[in-house]
Amino acid sequence: MGTLSGRPDPLNEFQLQPRDENGPVFNEPWEAQAFAIVLALHKQGVFSWDEWATSLSRQISAAQAAGDPDLGDTYYQHWLAALEVLILEKEVSDSGEIVSRIEAWREAYLATPHGQPVELKK
Amino acid sequence: MSHDHTDPPSELTLKVKALESLLVEKGLVNPETLDTIIETYESQVGPRNGAHVVAKAWVDDDFKSALLADATAAVASLGYTGRQGEHLKVVENTADTHNLVVCTLCSCYPWTVLGLPPVWYKSAPYRARAVSEPRKVLAEFGTVLPEETRIKVWDSTSEMRYLVLPLRPAGTDELSEEQLRDLVTRNSMIGVEQAKTVASRG
Repeated sequence: MGTLSGRPDPLNEFQLQPRDENGPVFNEPWEAQAFAIVLALHKQGVFSWDEWATSLSRQISAAQAAGDPDLGDTYYQHWLAALEVLILEKEVSDSGEIVSRIEAWREAYLATPHGQPVELKK
Repeated sequence: MSHDHTDPPSELTLKVKALESLLVEKGLVNPETLDTIIETYESQVGPRNGAHVVAKAWVDDDFKSALLADATAAVASLGYTGRQGEHLKVVENTADTHNLVVCTLCSCYPWTVLGLPPVWYKSAPYRARAVSEPRKVLAEFGTVLPEETRIKVWDSTSEMRYLVLPLRPAGTDELSEEQLRDLVTRNSMIGVEQAKTVASRG
């Protein structure tokens, strides 16, 4: 998608970030990624859409009970938490594996010179 | 700032990357599939699909009848089918009734025809107030309805999603279906606004 003026389009910096006429529908790229993971897992049959809706609404209720004003900006945090719960419940992964993978990514960032693509060490 | 490393992103980003890479390794998720999903909701899907449905209903009475009788099938006939197998119901605005869609539980939304939900739709205040004081909520969107207009609020679920068929604006008899699509906004299909008038088009 080029622009009429021929200048670089700032939106192309985030070309995976869905937008609509009123601006981004995701605040950050990870939100879109988390969104897509849930759709892909559902398509794979890992969980039903009903199981998903139940898991998500539980997270939202729990967050509200814990004092989250829930203005929409934390929505994908609940989404991500619901995804993690289902991954654990369906025994797709376990919390030890997830925690060590998070640390592996953190180390990968710290070990990668700035500007280069960050990849996990095998 | 040092160049021998990259500052790690937020914990949330790290968690998404961790889950995604594990799921890819387990063969449950394909990175290209994820990109396709995101691109689909970014450009191909989205309010344009809903606008197509509404504009066609405005010009084609048979389609409109089919749409009101079985929206899931009528919308599928245009090539828009749901990913989650949910049913779609189209609710028609009339001279004396205005429809408003909400999901009080979480944020069920007719993605196939409207794309991704706006942030306010997901917010707790909208989810609560659309039910308790819909007229005030509408006024905040600039939609002031006559006192005698009845407001019906539709609460979405994981099985049933709603799409509002807004009133066709006055003075649009000469417009083609293509031109009418430009008058149909996402917000008008959620029910918080009316379709655009010809004067405000473009």
